[in-house]
Amino acid sequence: MIELHAVSKIFNQGLPNECRALREVSVRLAGGGTTVFKGPSGSGKTTLLALVGCLARPTSGRITLNGQLLSNLPERFLTEIRRHTFGFVFQQFNLIRGLTVLENVMLPAYPLGRPHPELKKAAGALLERFDLGGKVLNKVEWLSGGEAQRVALARALINDPAVIIADEPTANLDSALSCEVLALLAELATQGRTVLISSHDPLVLEAAFINRVIELRDGRILDASPEGESYAA
Amino acid sequence: MLTGLFPHLRKATVALGLLAVLLLLFTLTLADSAWHTGQTHHAANRALVRELGLTDLSLFTEARYTRHPSQTDRHTAFQDHPAALEHFPTGSLMLPPQLKFAP
Amino acid sequence: MRTYFARQHYLIDYALAALLRRKTRNLGLLLVYILLVFLFASVLLLSQGLRREAAILLQDAPEITVQRLVAGRHDLLPIQDLEILRRIRGVGEVRGRLWGYYYDPVAKANYTVMAAPERNLANDRMLIGAALAGVRQLGVGDVLSLRAADGTPALFKVAEILTSTSELLSADLMLVSEAAFRTLFQLPPDRYTDATLTVRNPREANLIAQKISLALPSSRPLLRSEILRTYHAVFDWREGLTFLCLAPLLLAFLVLAWDKAAGLSPEEKREIGILKAMGWETGDILRMKLWESALLSLTAFLVGYLLAWWQVFHNGGRLFAPVLRGWSVLYPDFRLTAAVGLDQILVLLAVTTLPYMIATLIPGWRASITDPDAAMRG
Repeated sequence: MIELHAVSKIFNQGLPNECRALREVSVRLAGGGTTVFKGPSGSGKTTLLALVGCLARPTSGRITLNGQLLSNLPERFLTEIRRHTFGFVFQQFNLIRGLTVLENVMLPAYPLGRPHPELKKAAGALLERFDLGGKVLNKVEWLSGGEAQRVALARALINDPAVIIADEPTANLDSALSCEVLALLAELATQGRTVLISSHDPLVLEAAFINRVIELRDGRILDASPEGESYAA
Repeated sequence: MLTGLFPHLRKATVALGLLAVLLLLFTLTLADSAWHTGQTHHAANRALVRELGLTDLSLFTEARYTRHPSQTDRHTAFQDHPAALEHFPTGSLMLPPQLKFAP
Repeated sequence: MRTYFARQHYLIDYALAALLRRKTRNLGLLLVYILLVFLFASVLLLSQGLRREAAILLQDAPEITVQRLVAGRHDLLPIQDLEILRRIRGVGEVRGRLWGYYYDPVAKANYTVMAAPERNLANDRMLIGAALAGVRQLGVGDVLSLRAADGTPALFKVAEILTSTSELLSADLMLVSEAAFRTLFQLPPDRYTDATLTVRNPREANLIAQKISLALPSSRPLLRSEILRTYHAVFDWREGLTFLCLAPLLLAFLVLAWDKAAGLSPEEKREIGILKAMGWETGDILRMKLWESALLSLTAFLVGYLLAWWQVFHNGGRLFAPVLRGWSVLYPDFRLTAAVGLDQILVLLAVTTLPYMIATLIPGWRASITDPDAAMRG
């Protein structure tokens, strides 16, 4: 369970281009289930997800994971947690150019020193599941949008994380591919993982497997439907 | 390229292999140096030096004072003229000997 | 342990991929690096090799050489001085040496002419060094016509070419009989060029040299240790021309390192952000960056060093022949004994690889401690 207590994030504090991305956000996210953060661009969705996924530290406020305080942990422990708990899928995919699909998927596991054949097999299996078995040795620059996203998803799963965070997963895809991605995310949710998505795409908001929708505007939560209740259109 | 020949080899293995080869050659040069330290072809040289009482190598044969640097002093270069400037390139490679008993 | 090696293996994998991503640039960098190491190592190895060779070849130089000076110039030694020297206690054998320079206008070169009494040469025979033979195209049995000091021609037939000894000793030598020497240079019979003597107890050399300067006030005694020290200093890499050659190369290494230390490209910074987002620790990223620079610099070091070693010890150091040759006509063709000291190698390694590797860590460290989110935004 992830909790945010009065979390604020200010970029370029004190400078003329100061930007308050989040203002005193408090929310409780239960373990398991799928939550969608909804709102227009600039509402702070991406920043919120980044903070939850330990990619950045809040300017003020606290974030706890299962009761353990995350926001003031030393970098070493934070990385350890990030590795095993969170799998992030970026809006821009952020795959490493010049490497093959397989290498990109194996990347997060490199520092763990798992035996190479075993890691290769695990990565291959993930890619098979996402219908990319034939493209394992392709360079990522040559993938289509949908393929790249599935690679990003596979990469997020290589360390078997408990939480999957997807930032605008359908932003660069057409309807057909969007539905495919949503199906994959639904499958992950049924495995017991917590899925956090940020989106303003109606296709996502109306998906059946969504448990909860939290709306943001100007860095504040507008309307958080209580946990456990599903949002009905 | 090499990974094309051996598709099952990782890039890192190939690179480490190449480095290992280079290191091996490097060790061979050290061995070569150690082996050569006990060479005997110097016997003929030592005999010549003893026979003739040689004091210098015939390396810098440009000028007389560069040919026998151990026999010179600071003034040998200026034999022609007290202010004669050093004009032989190899003269600039050497200092004259530091003598204890120069008058 | 196994995980440790597995982890390093993965980091090397990534580092290599990063290097190969900018193939042309890194290849160019590698070639320049190799060239720099090659030049630096060549100068170092050549100077150390010559130093060692000189020490070995001249270890049997005369223990004390006595020269006579008149008005600060080298003058001929009278035969009476030899007697005086013999009477000094502690002196072993005293020999008068006859040697000088003959300028050959045809070759425009100076030959070192020496009297070699032990060879029992006929007055019209000579032994010559290989370089001399080469310059005047002489073989055994050929005749060379020289001009004596009084203008009369002096003919010498080549009895032997000195090939069994190192050219470093004999390249420009011309060995003749004592009588022939005196005729050639018109030297009076009671004069020698200088004297060489042995001492009964080598530790008394200094003391005997002092006695010599007292017994013969206008003489200059020269000790073997001083001869060796002269050559030791000639090829010292900290002095003279050798250092002048090395200094700009050292600067080039520092420039290379500076370029690296100046910072990472935005692309590289973004990549580090992504890696951190994937769960790589700062330590992993730094180790990976270190491997990246180590692979490049170690390869450059080994290849450059091997090339230099081959060039200096198995190719006669031909690259530096022009510098050592200067304007001389006679130049010895020599093979140096392969001699490499561990301290030389360590200095070489330190100078060529350490600045570069340390320089990569600085921007790498700065980038790796940034929050991934900030790094990825750029």
